Amino acid sequence: MRAFARLVARADGRGGTALVELRGETPLLLRQTPADGGVATVHIVGGAAGPLAGDDLRLEIEVGPGAAVRVRSVAASIALPGRPGAVSRVAVRAVVHAGATLHWLPEQLVAAAGCAHLAESRIDLAAGASLRWRDELICGRYGEVPGGAVVHTQVDYAGRPLLRQSLAVGPQAPGWAGPAVLGGAPATGSLLVVDPSRPTAPPTAEGSVARLPLAGGPATLWTATAPDAHTLRAHLTV
Amino acid sequence: MRPDTVVPSAVPAVEPITPPATPPHDETVPHTHPEPGVDPHPPLARAGRALRVGIGGPVGSGKTALVAALCRAFADELRLGVVTNDIYTTEDADFLRRAGVLDPARIRAVETGCCPHTAIRDDIGANLDAVDELAEAVGPLDLVLVESGGDNLTATFSRGLVDRQIFVVDVAGGDKVPRKGGPGVTAADLLVINKTDLAPMVGADLAVMDRDARARRGDLPTLFLSIVGDPTATRVADWIRHELAHHAALHPLAVPVGPT
Amino acid sequence: MATPSLLLLLADGRFPAGAHAHSGGLEAAVAAGRVTDLATLEAFLAGRLATAGLVGAAFAAAAHRAAVPETVGRADALARLDAELDARTAAPALRAVSRRQGRALLRAGRAIWPDAAFADLPATPTGAHQPLVLGLLCAAAGLSRLETATIAAYGTLTGAASAGVRLLGLDPYRVQALLVGLADACDGTAADAARAADDPPERLPAAAAPLADIHAEIHATWEVRLFAS
Repeated sequence: MRAFARLVARADGRGGTALVELRGETPLLLRQTPADGGVATVHIVGGAAGPLAGDDLRLEIEVGPGAAVRVRSVAASIALPGRPGAVSRVAVRAVVHAGATLHWLPEQLVAAAGCAHLAESRIDLAAGASLRWRDELICGRYGEVPGGAVVHTQVDYAGRPLLRQSLAVGPQAPGWAGPAVLGGAPATGSLLVVDPSRPTAPPTAEGSVARLPLAGGPATLWTATAPDAHTLRAHLTV
Repeated sequence: MRPDTVVPSAVPAVEPITPPATPPHDETVPHTHPEPGVDPHPPLARAGRALRVGIGGPVGSGKTALVAALCRAFADELRLGVVTNDIYTTEDADFLRRAGVLDPARIRAVETGCCPHTAIRDDIGANLDAVDELAEAVGPLDLVLVESGGDNLTATFSRGLVDRQIFVVDVAGGDKVPRKGGPGVTAADLLVINKTDLAPMVGADLAVMDRDARARRGDLPTLFLSIVGDPTATRVADWIRHELAHHAALHPLAVPVGPT
Repeated sequence: MATPSLLLLLADGRFPAGAHAHSGGLEAAVAAGRVTDLATLEAFLAGRLATAGLVGAAFAAAAHRAAVPETVGRADALARLDAELDARTAAPALRAVSRRQGRALLRAGRAIWPDAAFADLPATPTGAHQPLVLGLLCAAAGLSRLETATIAAYGTLTGAASAGVRLLGLDPYRVQALLVGLADACDGTAADAARAADDPPERLPAAAAPLADIHAEIHATWEVRLFAS
């Protein structure tokens, strides 16, 4: 299954945000929901199970100068096996202009047994843009060994590389569950906060969570591993 | 005020601080003088770069106590920095800080990955970086003391890292240590036999140690020391002053060339 | 042309570039109770090779590519690689370690190959990233891009393995046997890294390891540590 969705937000000139484009295709459907704290909110409504290997889903987001959008999803997405040898792919491309804000806070991605999944996000932030971007990965449904999943995130700020990370789990990723990568934790994720209005706090780490100020801009990455999705969410809610 | 340039005959020596508790020169304790007849307090010339003196020796022989004593001795006389290589990284540095003998900004600790001898002999980059960082942080220095992590009798400093090295052993380690030799005992520019005050308690014969040290070291100097009785390690400090003068002659301060 | 001896010389842990003082995150993993024996050390090494090893090797290979004499804009290319590697190193402690190791390697490199292109490295006060210095140094020694990537990948394995012997008192013969078992993976990682160096900098490998970041930041706060990283 292939699907394309697009969301374009513009400042409405009255201090709010208008969604000037909001379209999608099954299984990538977008619904505007009541504004959450004055921020235009969009939910991704999964129109089918999956993604299944072979699916190719693409989402484009553009947030115009001064606009603010929050994107959530109604449920976790579960990457499942499909056609043999095929890969499921979810690509998100976001552009956030100066003075604009994007919050990307979807539910978890679950890598089910036998899946072959690639989640690719590419975010371009203009100088002065703000971002909250959370990725959460659950390695297998309960008691299950996951298939292959790669979560790749590429973020530029003001034309400079800010974050590049590619987390791979599953049989094709040597040592992924070992003490150098996840240490046996079934849940892992990160929250990237870009906020040009505030100085970044110094790094800190405790247990299996760290707060990491990045080199390429006014940004902080929280990274965590956890025994379950609930604990992970608590680590990545700041 | 320290003179920035020194005209040996015209500028009086910086008045040496009188050590508060220097014991009278005890001729019953065997010792060799570094260079008899040399004034230990000549006016110190400024050198183009700091003299780097390594202080090595076995665990517990009193390296850190000697560094602390030298910090006291040179506190108002020299621009001093200290690099420590203790395997416990900050422990030695913390000792010096707690002793209040040196501004913490003048102390750098180097991690050695359980290989204290490697860090001072085979792979000296981290120590050289620490020396550079000290100068960057606090300005030019006259003397940098590089203290090794406690190791064994075979650990010595690379000549790429230090200009002179002092090896510290103590009488409690047994009076046969100088006889055993090893590169530290035989080749160090100065051998310090420390904790002489403990000699009666551990049954160490200082005369034996002196004789063996002479046999091992030829003309190289050996000093007996008790920091309990001499908290500024007077004669070790004097030896360093002397070496500083040699060093300054070899590495003259670059003098801006004026119009001719 | 380079001789095999130069490859061996630069890959040797005794090459004076400070490797002995770095455990590659192992000291913190041991303290966290995650590495305790040969099996967990092997899993650690495999994960480290596939993440930090791949990224470091790819950047060394890319810097080697930038060092070839006909390259125009070498300084710009290295500055871009520097920023891209920063973006792949989320933990400030790991950025600092990479630059510290780069400075140590540069000290050795300048003394041994004074004519190498080190002046084109970005003038970062804390030093250039280690893989960039390694790429230039290997180019100056006449090594190939693949040999450069191999040295980088191999270094991420042997440094941590040697630290394992020292920290856990593991049988050194069995640790060497473990490295023999990882040799194919190391060569494969190096080959992947050398190929990746043809891609534009933003496409270079970015393999992440959450625990490497977390361990590094925890380690940096210790008052007492045996290893610099």
